[in-house]
Parts: sequence; structure tokens; C-alpha cells
Amino acid sequence: MTNYFKLIALGLVVIFSMLAASYARDVAYQVHAIIILLISAGMFLWTLRHTDEPAPAAAPQNQYMDNVIRAGVIATTFWGVVGFLAGTFIAFQLAFPVLNFDWAQGYANFGRLRPLHTSAVIFAFGGNALIATSFYIVQRTSAARLWGGNAAWFVFWGYQLFIVLAATGYLLGGTQSKEYAEPEWYVDLWLTIVWLVYLAVFVGTIIKRKERHIYVANWFFLSFIITVAMLHVFNNLSIPVSIWGSKSVQVFSGVQDAMVQWWYGHNAVGFFLTAGFLGMMYYFVPKQADRPVFSYKLSIIHFWALIFLYIWAGPHHLHYTALPDWASTLGMVFSIILWMPSWGGMINGLMTLSGAWDKLRTDPVLRMMVISLGFYGMSTFEGPMMSIRAVNALSHYTDWTIGHVHSGALGWNGMITFGALYFLVPKLWNRERLYSLSLVSWHFWLATIGIVLYAASMWVTGIMEGLMWREVDANGFLVWSFADTVSAKLPMNIVRGLGGVMYVTGALIMAYNLWMTAKAAPAVEEDVAAAHAATPAE
Amino acid sequence: METYSFLREVADSWGLLAMFTVFLGVIFWAFRPGSRDIHEDTANIPFRHDSKPAPESGAPAEH
Repeated sequence: MTNYFKLIALGLVVIFSMLAASYARDVAYQVHAIIILLISAGMFLWTLRHTDEPAPAAAPQNQYMDNVIRAGVIATTFWGVVGFLAGTFIAFQLAFPVLNFDWAQGYANFGRLRPLHTSAVIFAFGGNALIATSFYIVQRTSAARLWGGNAAWFVFWGYQLFIVLAATGYLLGGTQSKEYAEPEWYVDLWLTIVWLVYLAVFVGTIIKRKERHIYVANWFFLSFIITVAMLHVFNNLSIPVSIWGSKSVQVFSGVQDAMVQWWYGHNAVGFFLTAGFLGMMYYFVPKQADRPVFSYKLSIIHFWALIFLYIWAGPHHLHYTALPDWASTLGMVFSIILWMPSWGGMINGLMTLSGAWDKLRTDPVLRMMVISLGFYGMSTFEGPMMSIRAVNALSHYTDWTIGHVHSGALGWNGMITFGALYFLVPKLWNRERLYSLSLVSWHFWLATIGIVLYAASMWVTGIMEGLMWREVDANGFLVWSFADTVSAKLPMNIVRGLGGVMYVTGALIMAYNLWMTAKAAPAVEEDVAAAHAATPAE
Repeated sequence: METYSFLREVADSWGLLAMFTVFLGVIFWAFRPGSRDIHEDTANIPFRHDSKPAPESGAPAEH
């Protein structure tokens, strides 16, 4: 019976997207309408062919729902490589402008590819990693199967559709020009639906948990999901010019719009890239080190401190702008206080290894997680420092900011995700171990040296740039033009690109290693697996 | 009074105080007597139920 409703709904979507494709006012919208048309028509035909088949048996509640997590692991790896490749390419575009090919002007020049890169790594790579790991962790720590049956699959595929619509939109010019929130109105609406289903699946699983308490990782994930929903809705309040076009107009304007944008932007860092990934850390570091987290009390206190403080830090992106002084001072003060709860998380993660430090010598996966905590500590010290107005006067708009972002994103988010992937693949594909630990070591060193090259070159070029911009001669005239800084940056831009090459090479090695693990590593032996499964729950 | 001025005054007086009190409450709650056993038990959740959910019937796992 539900199939009939499904067919009606899909049929309406097909008709609407046909109309949209023909009335479309711009290319991005037209291409999106065609993508949706193909998907909905395909689903319509598939549903039609299977309409009268008996409904499949309900999923067994005594097993975890792991197939959606396997898909998430594959998607994370795939989008990671795509995002790193895009980043490396645009790094070389900055060093060698000739790579902004004439034949691809308007589609593949730096301005179009840059949001493609940031969204690919943050939302496609990071987002898929967060969705997959949160589904894995919430099941294990609630001792319950995911709530909502196929809703988890809807979240997975709905999110991939969001990524494809966002990425193609950027290349074709469909953007509302808000950093990290570039997708236009209909893509935003779609993401809102997907995100609310994600929230429902996650909360539903927590509600039916068999453990009395909610493990701290789930607190972090929950705060990430709820806050991102709130930020996304407020920052994307816009009115479409036409239902047949991608262009929309923001509801807020001027400095209010800027403030909402950076309230969103900084909390995307705070809740997407920090709270969510701390959720990963609080599960995978204890698991890999095989000992519980150092201090559960500290985890509670730094969680609430992080939640209370992060939400105020946004104005530090708007020093020396039309934003009132009191607001930017407030943002600066909260950013500095934020140093403490951030380091609370780092200390808690690192100290989990106390008494087990020797494992670092033999376990490159644990080494990866530990260095991610090191980079987390470093960038959460650098960030508060850069939010101070006097420092910001030098650092803002320079490459120092780019270096800071990448030591956080490549070092903390990237490395903890790689560690999680190395942990998950043998478990999910029922393998005894990874295909090759020495390949993990190769990945570790390539990625680490790549980040060091990246961050160091950006410090040098950023500070140089900042000093050149403010230098005045005896008569008060600026000494350097903008183009002078651009040519002075060439060597550092090349070093940065090489750092990217090393990082993406490491990721390709990881993809190969994970593939071979799933394909060729020895399987967990049948009786061992059975004995494992039969272990009574304590 | 203007909405803006009103909200701003609430934010930097009672609002600030309320949020800070809640935060202090969280700290005291974390350190309340008897919390050590609960926290130890909760911290060990990742080491249970690794490959299968808890059985459907029966009470929540005893702790």
C-alpha cells in the first residue's frame, strides 16, 4: 500500500522537475532539475517494478545496522581523495596562475573550485565521516540497533545528493556567496530535511538504548547535530527570486548578515569540526588504546564549557569592520576563554594513553589518533591567539588564516578520521587485521610532513604578507602594492602545494590499504567470530 | 525601552548570571558524592556490546 503513495509522490517530483528543467532561468538550476529528474524517474520505475512483491521481513533487532556504515566508510574515503585532489590543484593554481585554463574560464578557475574544495573536504569528507561514525558509535554505546529502519539509508543517500547538488552548483555559478554555506535555497531546504531525519535516527537510537547512561561521545554528536541544524536554518534564511531559478536574496542585510554568517561560520568550526570529531575521539581513542577515557568528569565539564562558550566566538571574524566594538570584544574574550575547554579535550584524549604509551611504538593507527590530538591542541591555541584584535590586525586576510585552518582540518579532523577508518574497516568487513601496517606508517609520515610543510609555509607567507601590507615609508605612503606580495609568495605557495601532494598521496595509500583489507586480509575465523558474538553482555 | 537595549541588558546581567550558574551546577553535579562509580561504569560502555545489541527482552543491563 505504501508503494502507491510512494509512486504518487515520485511521479509528482518527476513532473515538477521536468517543468523545472524546461522553465529554468539559469544553468545551475537546469542541471539540478535534470539530476533530480533522472533520480526520481529511476526510483519511480524501480518502485513500479517491485510494487506487488511482498514486503521484506523486518530487520532483526539483535544485529547492528552496519551496511549503511560500510557505505559511509566508502563515501568518506572517496570524497576525501576528491577533496584533497581539488585542494592540491587549486594550491598550484595560486602558485602558477596559468593553471586557470582559458578553455575552462568561468567553470574551473580558482574562484569556482575553491568552494568546491572546502565543501568537499568539510561536508563531503568530514560530514560522511561524522554520519558513519556517529551511526557506528551510537549503536555500540546504546547497545541497540539504529532506530527508523531505512531512514538511515535516506540520510546517507540524501546527503550524497546534497553534496552532488552543491558541487555542481558551485561550478555552474549557483552560489549565495556565504563562506561554507554557498549552496542555494533549494539545496538548503533539501539538506534541512535530510538533517532532521538524521537527528531523528540518532535521537531515536539513544531513546531505545539499553545502557542506563548516555556515553559522552553521544553528547558531542547530539550537540553537533542540533547546533548545525539551528545554524544552517538561520544562516540560510533567504527568499528565492523565482521558484524556477537558483538565485535568492538574503533576509538579513549589511552587518547583521555578516554577523549571522560568522555566527554560523565559526560554529560550523565549533560544532561540526570540533564537537562532532570529539565524539569520534571519545570512542575511537579509548577503543584503540583499550582503556577507558582518562577522566569522565573532565569530559562532562569540558563538554558543557565548550557548548556554553563556542556559540559566542563568531564576532572575532569581524574585527575592524562595521560590527560594534563591544560585539567584537565579546567574540575575542570568549575565543580566548575557549582555549581551556579545548585543551580539556586534548588532555583527556592524550592522558587516556597514560600507562599505555608503549603502544605508540607498535600501533601506527593509535599514533595517528594521538597526532590528531596534538594538532587539535596546537590549532586551538593558535586560534584564540589569532582572535586577539592586535594579532588579528596582522593575520587577518593573510595566508596565516589559511595555514591555521589547515593545521586544524588536515591535522585534527583528517588524522582522527583516518584513525577511525583504519579502526572501522577490519571490524565492518569482518577482518582479523588491516592489510598492511607499514602502509599505515607511510600514510602517517606523508600526511604529517605534508601538514608541517603546509602550516610552516603559510606562517612565513602570512606574516610576510601582513607586514608588507602595513609597511609605510617616511612620507606615509604604502611601500608595497598587492601584486608585490603575490610575487613574493611564490616559493611558499609551491611548498604549500608540495605539502598537499604528500597529504593526498598518503590518502591514496590509505584507500589502497583499506580496499585490500576488505578484499584480501584474513577473515575473522568462523568459530572465533561465533565465540565473540556469543560472549554474554556483562 | 527599545527591544535592542532591553535584550542587551538582560544578556549581560541576568542572562549571563543564569548561564554561569547552570555551568557551576554542572560542575557540582559532576563531582557530587557517588558519581565516581557511575562515571566509571559509563566510561566502560564502549567495551561492552561490541558486535551485538543487548538482548531485546529483559531489563536494561544491570549496573
